[in-house]
Amino acid sequence: MGDIQFEIDGQTVTADPGMTVLEAAQKEGIYIPTLCHHEKLEPFGGCRLCVVEVEDRGWTKYVVSCVFPAANDIIVRTRSEKVDRLRKTIIELLMAHAPDAPDLVKLAREYNADPDRYERDASFCIHCGLCVRYCAEVAGKNALGFVDRGINKEISFVPEIAAQVCNDCKECFPLCPTSYLQAAFVYTQALSFPDAVKTGQSAGK
Amino acid sequence: MDIEKVDQIIDKHNGEPSNLLQIMLDIQSENNWLSKQALARVSEKLSVPLTRIQHIATFYKAFSLVPKGRHKVHICVGTACHVRGATRILDTVEDATGIKPGETDLDLKFSLETVNCLGCCALGPVMEVDGKVHGKMSPVKTAQALKTYE
Repeated sequence: MGDIQFEIDGQTVTADPGMTVLEAAQKEGIYIPTLCHHEKLEPFGGCRLCVVEVEDRGWTKYVVSCVFPAANDIIVRTRSEKVDRLRKTIIELLMAHAPDAPDLVKLAREYNADPDRYERDASFCIHCGLCVRYCAEVAGKNALGFVDRGINKEISFVPEIAAQVCNDCKECFPLCPTSYLQAAFVYTQALSFPDAVKTGQSAGK
Repeated sequence: MDIEKVDQIIDKHNGEPSNLLQIMLDIQSENNWLSKQALARVSEKLSVPLTRIQHIATFYKAFSLVPKGRHKVHICVGTACHVRGATRILDTVEDATGIKPGETDLDLKFSLETVNCLGCCALGPVMEVDGKVHGKMSPVKTAQALKTYE
């Protein structure tokens, strides 16, 4: 099986056409850190943490493996001095937003990242889009989405839809790497459909 | 804005989800803002999730999710206008209308915005109302010009 053959960390791997480098690596059990990747969802390329070094016909470039298609005869290196440095900076930037997220704390230890390198801007959401994409692609409910852009971008529930579907679903809750999603939900609930809380339908009751 | 008008705009664009942006722009120019009812109707008719429409409506500055006034007042605060006294013009407008940049007054007469350059620096300080440029403004002229709008 697999029409495409290439190399990851010195190991020859095969992939089917259309597969990404990350998928090929995961199939072979090669670890690449990710935050915004989910096997059920379309590739997003949001967190950039899965950056790898790709050598293609003598040229070395840095690509995001979750959206980079596997190709014949490329040489992929999942760790190198520069890859580690890139990941370290990405982690440090994300930690300015979510300093206590368990996934980030663990990664910071591994990559020797300084959580306080950048001034804290605790928005808690790191825009991985897992909740938004899961709701749209898997749950098919579109109860929440992104609003605004740039530094003001945030997730937002549509109260009318959330009031009807979220309490029975909550499948996106465990996906969130920072717990901001849960907070946003409780906030929306308190503002828009507090009756569900009073009657004990919410989680934790 | 009534739902029929929204339906007309959607029909004009054949109810194609790919024309979403154009439909939203048409509603915006017709109504001066995008009401929740209008967006819910668009979402329903085009089968586009409301979250997506919300994302687009908040992404572009051309859209407004709150009612806008009948007259859009833009005060240039670019460098050239600034040194020629744009802040005094802005103060005059704020005093006359009672609103700050980004706001709309209660009877929906004026919406005030600051802009960074209107491209006619030789006319500074510049005020633009509904696309009409008022150049070489003084506080007195500004107050008078605003009075001509109903």
